[in-house]
Amino acid sequence: MNIEYNADVIVVGGGPAGISAALEVARAGRKVVLLERSHYAGSKNMYGGAVYTHALKEVFQEDFDKISYERVINSHTWAFLSEDSSFELTYKNSSNNHAYAIKRFNLEKQLIELVKSKGVYFCPDTLVVDLVTNENRVIGVKTSIEEYLAPVVILADGVNSLLARKIGLRQDFKRHDFILSAKEVYKFDKKTIETKFNLKEDLSNGINKQYFGSDFGKLKGYKNLFMMSFLYTFKDSVALGVGVNLEDLSKNKLNISDVLDEVKKHPHIAPLIENGEMIEYSAHLIPEGGYKKVPALYSDGVIVAGDAAGFVNGVHFEGTNFALISGKLAGKAALHALEKEDFSASTLSVYRKYLENSFILKDLYSYRNIINNLYKRSNSLSVYYPNKIKEFFEIITSANCTSKSSQIRKFAYNFIFGRNPLDTIKDMFAFLKCALDVFFGK
Amino acid sequence: MEKNSKEIQKKLTTVKYNCADSSHLSVNQEICAKCKEKTCTFICPADVYIQDENTGQLVVQYENCLECGACKIACPKKNIEWRYPSAGCGVVFKNS
Ligand SMILES: Cc1cc2nc3c(=O)[nH]c(=O)nc-3n(C[C@H](O)[C@H](O)[C@H](O)COP(=O)(O)OP(=O)(O)OC[C@H]3O[C@@H](n4cnc5c(N)ncnc54)[C@H](O)[C@@H]3O)c2cc1C
Ligand code: SF4
Ligand code: SF4
Repeated sequence: MNIEYNADVIVVGGGPAGISAALEVARAGRKVVLLERSHYAGSKNMYGGAVYTHALKEVFQEDFDKISYERVINSHTWAFLSEDSSFELTYKNSSNNHAYAIKRFNLEKQLIELVKSKGVYFCPDTLVVDLVTNENRVIGVKTSIEEYLAPVVILADGVNSLLARKIGLRQDFKRHDFILSAKEVYKFDKKTIETKFNLKEDLSNGINKQYFGSDFGKLKGYKNLFMMSFLYTFKDSVALGVGVNLEDLSKNKLNISDVLDEVKKHPHIAPLIENGEMIEYSAHLIPEGGYKKVPALYSDGVIVAGDAAGFVNGVHFEGTNFALISGKLAGKAALHALEKEDFSASTLSVYRKYLENSFILKDLYSYRNIINNLYKRSNSLSVYYPNKIKEFFEIITSANCTSKSSQIRKFAYNFIFGRNPLDTIKDMFAFLKCALDVFFGK
Repeated sequence: MEKNSKEIQKKLTTVKYNCADSSHLSVNQEICAKCKEKTCTFICPADVYIQDENTGQLVVQYENCLECGACKIACPKKNIEWRYPSAGCGVVFKNS
């Protein structure tokens, strides 16, 4: 059958993965259409907030310097929270610029403008409801209005990818494989943020904090929440959010908004948002299935990239870099197929090779067991160790007129025998396994 | 912990939406009637699913949906037909 195509490549989803895929195709002089369901690209998307600059540079090359940001994120803190204490480790390097805090509304807006100038046909307000197939090969998409046809379709439609599911590239969704996250953004004047967080006026530094621990406020008593909270500073606002595994929320009948309210009340977090005006509440899922849940990545005439393929490293809050680079590689695979004029799965399988040679499948592979291992030890991570850290530092800092040795001996004894010692052994194995996986990974 | 619907409503006043012509979420009420977990009624960050005290029916306030997708995955009976709102419609995050 002779098919009349409207474009060489159709990309579904105007997030970082889709934008990058479309740019790669346009750079080669091929006709590419980028379809986005929202009116303003970025307005459906939410993240912590920082986009990684190495990936941005690799994708946007000479245009990278045109991208404006709110703050450079170069201070990272890992904090362990107990009821009334926090233990914080900070790594700060004011001369690095590996990450930019940019709000998604503004990030996608800028990136879309850049790719339009390189020849990408961008169609907002365009919802893809189905894929068009011919003899089991994808040959285009069906929007709510009409059909668009192209020999290659790239699905970059995000974590809920209904389309990848529809054509059977993706398995059924399981609760356990997702983190549900809610976030609130607080507005301040710029100066207040700079004073509060000790930041420079020129936006050349900003803060990211990652909080572990759930044993405080009304969350006390929930013993196994796999939960992480986060904070990012923007130019004149602060984003505070929390993510909890969807299975844990379901089992414990918890609402993520209530969890966030408890985080907000923690004595070491409350002052950070005090007197700020809440200007936006949002929620989003994060795919956390990892390597083992990566779907079939291509089939005849179609490729999947970004969150739709489950490409994130949840341990380090990395997602935009995976999206940008997997998008680029999807574009490259599409070009390869166009060159060969063969759009079969076997030709498109180069995509998997590209991914295997990049950090994407290497990191996903090296981290394949980590989320699961940590998940199994979530009581240790969220409750036991944050409390033990507190006990330890109380001994060190209290000057309570009792001999240090006796206190430390008691602490060590309690540390091991205060709960089933088997738990400590299991933790050791789990953490060691995580470390070995990464060390001997790809 | 009891779901704090009031607080969620307050938060939702900060969220902007474009046109909400028809519901993009639908459930089979007969299946819901037999559902013990009622996961949708506590899991949704926008408190979209409310069980009517008098009729016992599930009321779906789709206009408040933040389009996260959690309900569809969490419903133990896979009873939520979840689509995206019409093109250009639904939630508009400007600061996230
Ligand atoms: C709470 C949270 C914190 C995070 N923090 C960070 C962080 O700090 N740094 C980081 O790098 N990553 C972070 N991430 C991950 C990161 O946001 C994602 O990995 C990244 O946005 C994925 O990009 P994407 O292009 O694959 O998908 P998305 O950004 O989700 O884009 C998908 C696009 O497709 C559109 N779309 C979907 N279906 C259709 C359809 N049928 N028709 C047309 N259009 C459609 C959507 O409207 C959307 O614009 C975070 C994620 C969350 C949820
Ligand atoms: S969880 Fe599913 S089946 Fe149960 S009441 Fe909600 S929608 Fe109905
Ligand atoms: S998609 Fe999210 S916000 Fe919308 S109804 Fe479902 S759980 Fe609620």
